Amino acid sequence: MTNSTIKDKIGQFPRKLEDESIYIMREVAAQFERPALLFSGGKDSITLVRLAQKAFFPGKIPFPLVHIDTGHNFPETIEFRDWLAKETGAELIVRYVQDSIDQGKAKEETGKYASRNVLQTVTLLDTIEEFKFDACIGGARRDEEKARAKERIFSVRDDFGQWDAKRQRPELFDMLNGRIAVGENVRVFPISNWTELDVWNYIKEEKMEIPSIYFSHQRQVIERDGMLWADSAYLNKEADEIPFEATVRFRTVGDMTCTAAVESDAVEIDIIIEEILSAEISERGARIDDKRSEAAMEKRKQQGYF
Amino acid sequence: MDILRIATAGSVDDGKSTLIGRLLYETNSITKDKIEALESASKRKGLDFLDLSLLTDGLIAEREQGITIDVAHIYFSTPTRKYIIADTPGHVEYTRNMVTGASNAKVSLILVDARQGVVEQTARHLSIAALLRIPKVIVCVNKMDLVQYDEAKFEAIKDSLGSLVAQTTFEGQEISFLPISSLFGQNITQAADKMPWYQGNTLLGELEAFEYAESLAHAPARFPVQWVIRPKTEEYHDYRGYAGKISSGTFQVGDVIKALPTGQESTISSIEKFGEQLERAVAGDSVVITLTTDVDISRGNSLVLASDTQAPQLKDFTAQICWLDHQALSPGKTYLLQHGVNLTKAKISQITERLDVVAQTSSQDVDSLKLNEIGGIQLRTAQPIMADVYAENPSNGAFILVDEFSNSTVGVGFVK
Repeated sequence: MTNSTIKDKIGQFPRKLEDESIYIMREVAAQFERPALLFSGGKDSITLVRLAQKAFFPGKIPFPLVHIDTGHNFPETIEFRDWLAKETGAELIVRYVQDSIDQGKAKEETGKYASRNVLQTVTLLDTIEEFKFDACIGGARRDEEKARAKERIFSVRDDFGQWDAKRQRPELFDMLNGRIAVGENVRVFPISNWTELDVWNYIKEEKMEIPSIYFSHQRQVIERDGMLWADSAYLNKEADEIPFEATVRFRTVGDMTCTAAVESDAVEIDIIIEEILSAEISERGARIDDKRSEAAMEKRKQQGYF
Repeated sequence: MDILRIATAGSVDDGKSTLIGRLLYETNSITKDKIEALESASKRKGLDFLDLSLLTDGLIAEREQGITIDVAHIYFSTPTRKYIIADTPGHVEYTRNMVTGASNAKVSLILVDARQGVVEQTARHLSIAALLRIPKVIVCVNKMDLVQYDEAKFEAIKDSLGSLVAQTTFEGQEISFLPISSLFGQNITQAADKMPWYQGNTLLGELEAFEYAESLAHAPARFPVQWVIRPKTEEYHDYRGYAGKISSGTFQVGDVIKALPTGQESTISSIEKFGEQLERAVAGDSVVITLTTDVDISRGNSLVLASDTQAPQLKDFTAQICWLDHQALSPGKTYLLQHGVNLTKAKISQITERLDVVAQTSSQDVDSLKLNEIGGIQLRTAQPIMADVYAENPSNGAFILVDEFSNSTVGVGFVK
């Protein structure tokens, strides 16, 4: 695409999307006894927090933010998380994957692709049980991936957190049915219908703060499979993988072990948006965890992944 | 920037997924890594062309069987607007998923295979588009390449649909016919060089030109209360705000309103959104309304204009229903009825008819409605619901039925 067609495509944030998402937030608060907002520190969950603020203003967000900390997060993300919780006055609950490993409930992966991404599920399900959460709000979007494209806004999970594509409830008009049996819970996706571009345009129009790693910075990286990986103590490097300094930013923010960086000079949100539109790699292409197989996401969802 | 929601419907193998893939491909909505994944997946299937249908058939079972089982949502945008496509299954046994996907649509794309012509599913889909009051239907006669782009073939299909359309359509519904080839990109976003006899819009041109008059803003004002905001902080000590999404019409500061079902009156003191003070709000806006006086209002109540003497409160009424559950609807059973955000118990006293949407006939001697069947019912609710007649005000006229024991959504109703 040429620069002028890119500018054409940026457009504006469709405001109706915000109204729909706020409506969903209020349904969660009204239909469930113990909802929670799963917060990862990424731009999608930051957007959720803003929507929750708007939904209940001038009241406070009537549910806690829950972070499942893998221990492999970017320090910038953790710093931002704590700042946002303070800023919004929301309650913050943190639970650690390391604890699940120490308790023998989860086992650290080995090899050069080892990550704690899959292990999060164990800690998440334990946390849901500990607090008896009946609804967990997440920032998944249907444009991210093919299995996500089929998931409902209110997605019912069984006692084991499992998703069954064939058991999905029909969702008609804007009516959301959150009735569940004891032990079941619902995953709620208020920004299901947003695209990556919508999220960025929203962050821009709302002048929202986001973690600094979304913007261009200098970082030690290694090159692997044609992508740049942040060097860290958690990355299992091979002998020939020598770290070097590069000017990069992150398009999505997951663990340091499963999020690839892109080379970029973008320090302003407008430039990031232009880069996204001209990018040849789709957003989840930078998520190493999806490359394991074509049906990787659907399989993880069946096991209780978000 | 506005949003246009589209639902696609078609019969097995008439190329719906390929059409959507083509639309995305030609609007530059697919990134390079996805195209590469598509190329290798197509090759693995032994195909020598890009199988664009693989873009949307996302579930493992769907890829195994090469069919679409569940509704997939697909997004693309043009400088004009954002499009959301609900790609719905074509099989008769997935009619409920079709109704689900189409429930929010303003445009229904119905596919017809140029070789097969009009089939049973075409009639079913036209009827459902009419039942849901979808304002625009585009009938795409696909696979024109397989009938040598023959104009006569296209005209014949158009003619044979004529009487069916006349039976199903309602006043104000726009219906257009397009000859296309998804596989070869004829008439999708670019004019069909293989069909010089066709002078009309391309599919994208037809979508871009469609203006859905926001008639909702002029419909009667309805505000269902979702949540009562009471911060109880120092700054907002006596604050009481009613949060909700306006389902139809317009509310303005100073309007005299009444709360249903109690009928208590008050005046709108402010309309707010995250601290911003608005003069007015219209259908679709999620806002907080405060009133000049203390009124007892809770979730599920509706605000309407005090002058609106027609504002409905239904307890005993008839409705059309599409049954969505494996366990059939049987009269006498109690269900939970959800209208918007309002929940009450409901008893189906009688099934008045079952519609044959293909033959456009109905039978009156009915004792149950099975999965995917559409019929008429008489029902009674424990508490009144503030629902309008669906045909007159679609955004406030539909409800769902929920099974009290399984918690499933088992039916969708349209107030008559």
